[in-house]
Amino acid sequence: MNYHEAFFKYLLILGDTSLILAQRLSEWTGHGPFLEEDLALTNIALDTLGHANVLLEYAGKVENKGRDQDKLAFFRNGREYFNVKLVELPNGDYANTMVRQLFVDAFRYHYFNALCGCKDETLSGLAQKAVKEIKYHYRHSSWWIKRFGDGTEESHQRTQNALNNLWRFTGELFMPDESEKIMEEEKIAPSLSQIQYIWNEDIQSLLKEANLTIPKDVYMQSGGKQGVHTEYLDYILAEMQSLPRMYPDAKW
Amino acid sequence: MNTNKDNQGTLWEVFLQKKSGQPFIHAGSIHAFDKEMALQNARDTYTRRGEATVVWVVPSNCIVSSTPEDIGSFFDPANDKIYRHPTFYHIPDAIKNM
Amino acid sequence: MKSEKELEEIFEKKLNNNEFIEPKDWMPEKYRQHLIRQISQHAHSEVVGMLPEGNWITRAPSLRAKLVLLAKVQDEGGHGLYLYSAAETLGISRDEMLDALHSGKAKYSSIFNYPTLTWADIGAIGWLVDGAAIMNQVMLQRTSYGPYSRAMIRICKEESFHQRQGYEIMMRLALGTPEQKQMAQDALNRWWYPTLMMFGPPDSESPHSADAIKWRIKRETNDQLRQKFVNQTVPQAEFIGLKVPDPNLKWNEEKKGYDFTPPDWEEFKRVISGNGPCNKERLAARIKAHEEGKWVREAAAAYAQKHKKEVLVS
Repeated sequence: MNYHEAFFKYLLILGDTSLILAQRLSEWTGHGPFLEEDLALTNIALDTLGHANVLLEYAGKVENKGRDQDKLAFFRNGREYFNVKLVELPNGDYANTMVRQLFVDAFRYHYFNALCGCKDETLSGLAQKAVKEIKYHYRHSSWWIKRFGDGTEESHQRTQNALNNLWRFTGELFMPDESEKIMEEEKIAPSLSQIQYIWNEDIQSLLKEANLTIPKDVYMQSGGKQGVHTEYLDYILAEMQSLPRMYPDAKW
Repeated sequence: MNTNKDNQGTLWEVFLQKKSGQPFIHAGSIHAFDKEMALQNARDTYTRRGEATVVWVVPSNCIVSSTPEDIGSFFDPANDKIYRHPTFYHIPDAIKNM
Repeated sequence: MKSEKELEEIFEKKLNNNEFIEPKDWMPEKYRQHLIRQISQHAHSEVVGMLPEGNWITRAPSLRAKLVLLAKVQDEGGHGLYLYSAAETLGISRDEMLDALHSGKAKYSSIFNYPTLTWADIGAIGWLVDGAAIMNQVMLQRTSYGPYSRAMIRICKEESFHQRQGYEIMMRLALGTPEQKQMAQDALNRWWYPTLMMFGPPDSESPHSADAIKWRIKRETNDQLRQKFVNQTVPQAEFIGLKVPDPNLKWNEEKKGYDFTPPDWEEFKRVISGNGPCNKERLAARIKAHEEGKWVREAAAAYAQKHKKEVLVS
């Protein structure tokens, strides 16, 4: 994998993770637990979709084969998508959505923070804008986890279940793909092991405050960054891509 | 708080300051269960188009209001104090900066 | 203490002077009830209205279209929220209003009981349905009840992009491939008459219209607004080469407006009374969200109680 290929794939990992998460989050729009929270989560979906839009646009430019963000979003198959598995999992209940969101927010907050100082100007500019938004997302999900953890017995149990269910997908966030290794050597990508260290500290202290327990001895799932996904991803894509694929000549 | 039957949280009033130096203006209301949530909900509901740089939230039941019956006794007395307005005073046109 | 008659005179005088009625002002009980009914219906319409468009968020055909639609559906939720808040100033809680919606007691705009079958329906909703709604809402900015008027002013400001985005979708389709154009025409055919119904029954059969006009809650009648809408929309359809599905549509020079076929009022009654194509599904979706959200709201309330000192205002 040369530098150019690695950079393209690296941007797809970031862009696809944003896109698929936004797609999942937007499933909540109109169905939230109360109106204010419906708006709040939709704001987060909008921000995240915005990140996907600029990341995939940039990926298209780096690839330099005339593919724009829409070509990349709507005309790649599941095996060519490189998001982490965590974001393609079904929303489940609100506890599950919030635990997933907490994991992703904590990761993306520290990751994009580090990316602000990257030597690629486009990427650092993009990260500087995104990190402000993600900081807010992180605050939002952290508060919900605290409320759930120390709310009712039911909310505690649901959140603990979500934690038990999702923990095995967190490892992949920190397992570098070959493209990420190359980008790290090139001083473009931040060090995943450093991010993992801060992420762990953050998550552990928050979960402790929320009276929640991290499950032990969990085998970590991976494969998303190599395009080997859960069975859920293709359903997401089938739905998302249906119109452009049905009318490939049409402009929308 | 949250003692009423309504399971939609309690009502808060939202005030926005568009820019520093400007007054806070009432934007509307939201529901929330705690202070942090009230702040976040106010932000997500009333500043989707860059309407503010600072947001205040106040539980609606903490607001003390005069009543329509008070209009006469509260506000009429101020109406005839014309000496509080600059136009009450006659200053020659030649005097500037006053 | 003033007598009821004196209070009523003050109230009437305010209306005649085009002054606003505010929450703490005395108002006739019938005025209050009318407002609660109208504002909560309006709020329910916004919230139920999120569903037909929400149906296409995950399938929007470009990232830009997805962003726009997501923002638009979210705005509608926001508008529902403003309106629920305005109704709350009249002494009804949001919970009571939601109960009325879920039990089928409260109504919402019948338009949202029609299905969104193709992407063109998203264009048609923005162009026609929001176009009709805006007409009503522009008028309501000058409604006599202060909180309702303030909510409407904010809503009108935010809605200005909604109709434009709908028309843009229709324009792209109408000027696109033959299949796209056909999709656009089909959407117009299906949404035209339901949109005309949005202004409510004809003035001669409108049970609440007279009161609403008298109290300056509404300032134009259903038929006036409907006519205005047709006059405005027909040229917009022609501009992009779409045909309004009405063989009797004709410009009437004398009244400076179009003559048109009225919608099927039997269908209107049928949909309002619960037998439209999607009534059951829409209500079921709202009830499901409400019930599945219950534990979330309970957790938030319980957390606030346990952590009163830190998280509540003493």
